[in-house]
Amino acid sequence: MTLYVVKRLLQAIPVFFGTTFLIYFMVFSMPGDPVLALFGDRTPNPAVLEAVREQYNLDQPFIVQYFMYIKDFLTGNMGVTFSGQTVNDVFARAFPVTLQLVTIAVVAEFLLAVGFGLLSGLRKGKFADHASLLMALVLNSIPPFVALFLAQYFIGIKLGWAPVTVGANVSWGSLLLPGLTIALTIYVVGMRLMRGSVIEAREGDYVRTAYAKGLTSKRVTPVHVARNSLIPVITNTAASFGALIAGTTVTEGIFNIPGIGKVLYDAILRGENATVVSFVTILTVMYIIVNILVDLLYAVLDPRIRYV
Amino acid sequence: MTETIPVTDSHGTVPVADPSQPLVQVRDLEVGFQTQNGLVKAVRGVSFEIYPGETVAIVGESGSGKSTTATALMKLLPGNGDITGGEVLVEGTNIVDHNEKQMAAIRGGVIGYVPQDPMSNLNPVWSVGFQVREAIRANGVATSKKDIEARAVEVLQQAGLGDAERRMKQFPHQFSGGMRQRVLIGIGLGADPKLLIADEPTSALDVTVQKVILDHIESLTRDKGTAVLLITHDLGLAAERASKVIVMNQGRIVEAGPSKDLLSNPQHPYTQRLIAAAPSLASRRLESSIAGESQDAKTFDVAQMAEQRAEAVDADAPAVISVRDLTKVFSIRKGGFRSEPFTAVDKISFDIPKGTTLALVGESGSGKSTAAKMILGLEEPTSGEITVGGTAMTGVSRKDLFNLRSRMQPVFQDPYSSLDPQRSIASSIAEPMRVHKTGDKEARRARVLELLEQVSLPAELFNRYPNELSGGQRQRVAIARALALKPDVVVLDEAVSALDVLVQAQILQLLADLQAELGLTYLFITHDLAVVRVIADNVAVMERGKIVESGTTDQIFENAREPYTQRLLDAIPGAGLEWTV
Repeated sequence: MTLYVVKRLLQAIPVFFGTTFLIYFMVFSMPGDPVLALFGDRTPNPAVLEAVREQYNLDQPFIVQYFMYIKDFLTGNMGVTFSGQTVNDVFARAFPVTLQLVTIAVVAEFLLAVGFGLLSGLRKGKFADHASLLMALVLNSIPPFVALFLAQYFIGIKLGWAPVTVGANVSWGSLLLPGLTIALTIYVVGMRLMRGSVIEAREGDYVRTAYAKGLTSKRVTPVHVARNSLIPVITNTAASFGALIAGTTVTEGIFNIPGIGKVLYDAILRGENATVVSFVTILTVMYIIVNILVDLLYAVLDPRIRYV
Repeated sequence: MTETIPVTDSHGTVPVADPSQPLVQVRDLEVGFQTQNGLVKAVRGVSFEIYPGETVAIVGESGSGKSTTATALMKLLPGNGDITGGEVLVEGTNIVDHNEKQMAAIRGGVIGYVPQDPMSNLNPVWSVGFQVREAIRANGVATSKKDIEARAVEVLQQAGLGDAERRMKQFPHQFSGGMRQRVLIGIGLGADPKLLIADEPTSALDVTVQKVILDHIESLTRDKGTAVLLITHDLGLAAERASKVIVMNQGRIVEAGPSKDLLSNPQHPYTQRLIAAAPSLASRRLESSIAGESQDAKTFDVAQMAEQRAEAVDADAPAVISVRDLTKVFSIRKGGFRSEPFTAVDKISFDIPKGTTLALVGESGSGKSTAAKMILGLEEPTSGEITVGGTAMTGVSRKDLFNLRSRMQPVFQDPYSSLDPQRSIASSIAEPMRVHKTGDKEARRARVLELLEQVSLPAELFNRYPNELSGGQRQRVAIARALALKPDVVVLDEAVSALDVLVQAQILQLLADLQAELGLTYLFITHDLAVVRVIADNVAVMERGKIVESGTTDQIFENAREPYTQRLLDAIPGAGLEWTV
């Protein structure tokens, strides 16, 4: 087990360098001079320009800059934004907001997937199954940004049941509407996984044996049917957790949520390279870690899987 | 024809209830399955009774409705199945209209159940202890946490798991097949039911394990006075274990009665055929029916046809296939970068003279299939030599190996998965000829028709597909395919193990006929010694990769030296019975 985790972390090292190098290279190749941009419309003194370049190591070759950046990143120094805040501070403020939003979305997605998947699987071919499949299909067919605008317009503006935008007012309550809307547009995958495994488990030999012991469906359904079917659903949900953290830009933009996605978007528009590279690097590392955790989760859920 | 015959128990069991009142009464039971083609009746009017403490066996081929009858007693039919008529009285109460709660009270507590496949009948994600405790709690045998735990350990120990206490926290995948079946027996008997339904409880296990498990069920139920309903396809096993035998065919009971009477004096032609077709220790080597007097295909009789063949086999005939010190070592990963060598086949040597059959016998894991794969050239030997008709097979070029392959052809166990469902019968049979570029299209077509005739299949099957054929017909197609290139050697890897007993007898007869007609040499891989008796000239017994004993079939069967061979022989169901034939 320990050996497995070490092995996976070692595998993550080339992935880390590969992605950061690519990101750094792409940002480096973007048109425009960041030092000139600092001065806005004014024409700077060439001596000052030179001094600033030297201060930020911008006169060094690309590869040297890259390794200096990596060294700083690994020692916990991600640089400074144009407004003078450290990137560390910006991240520390934005990350909990996104984490809250994604937690709401993932928990809701999981409950929807398990609930409707179980209903569909147990009533396979009956009305409830068809209705649940149709609903999932319709919700999945709406592009997320359309769904978010619709939710914002009808529930936020017309009905007034939830805040229209979040802004500085971040709370579980204000994030509920965008979180649930995301969940509704993505739960179909988990629901289909659940439905498929329930149908398979229901006819399984061990389920028949469970009934033969004298158990009623009240116990067999959760303990033997649902429990076994959860394995693929949980791993799917955990994987979507990683994807969502990095993919909330649209949601945060529409609902004006000051999370990672919004900060990243603004930073790209403003050309704040330090912020962009650092955020993407952190997201990459988090994605790798979440994936390792998902694989370890398999072993917890299914005792047959052991990592040695 | 339906009969109900009350039988007094011959095992001298301790009756727990009024022995004159039947525990279970089945009257005109009908079970139907909802399919795309409407309602299909699997059980059509079955009646029988089980008295307290007696052992009743239902015998039949696959599709006879025997398992459906057993599951109907507990109302555990699959989703599309339903009891469509008749009554099932458990202790005098008709359960046909019972709801789920009422059935839960009967399942486990009154009727226990031991299923067929120990691999799939335990939930892989829960510990063994959890699954046993669940059964005990559900039936109210014990209520406090401590009592439930103690009872769970007790039933597992009774079921033959000596170190039950230590293994309670382990998961099913950490148990062998035999051990899992013991857990399932423990679960089935955990609440002291009055009747135990054992549905083919050992057919997924090795022969020697089968006997141990059946002995155990027998002694446990005898001690507790539990009645047993044993479902099996093996008439010998049924007769050996049960006091009353019910023979089912196509959803109906064709004959029922005390097992000894039924075996010695079968009334119904179907039972007679079943008995005749069952290979047993008393049988002799099958002789080609072409050479002897013509046989009525429908009522042929393995034992009657069997003749001594000793003089027919020329012991000095040159060996078609010769194996010297054949060894296969696999490396098994031990985690990390370490691995450990595992010797699957350990320096085995044998010769098969032309026109004879060598049976390679052993339990699963003995290395017999690995040996067969190496001989077929599907697996590279670690060391040793294989010579086919004087040509060495090891260390030859790919092209030479390709040509050698045409001289050895395989027939595998499962006739359902060994034929490509997308190919017509003719295309499947002709494939080896296409691969080896033998003949033109017309010649191949003629050869396919000839082969169909040789394996006694009608020429109309030419353009049919495998799903239109029965298991026996499919295995004939597989044999025809193996013969397409006129090979010297046919490797039969458990080629009749998956077939019902009547079909098995027909295929064995076909193999004997083809051998006499074409002078074929067979390497017959099997775990079933009863089949060996009727098909093999020589036997080699494998245990843990080594050949521990070999000799002529008569030598092995009449005078086995090795205890392992003796154990395999003892494990044949019905070995100690007096057969009518």
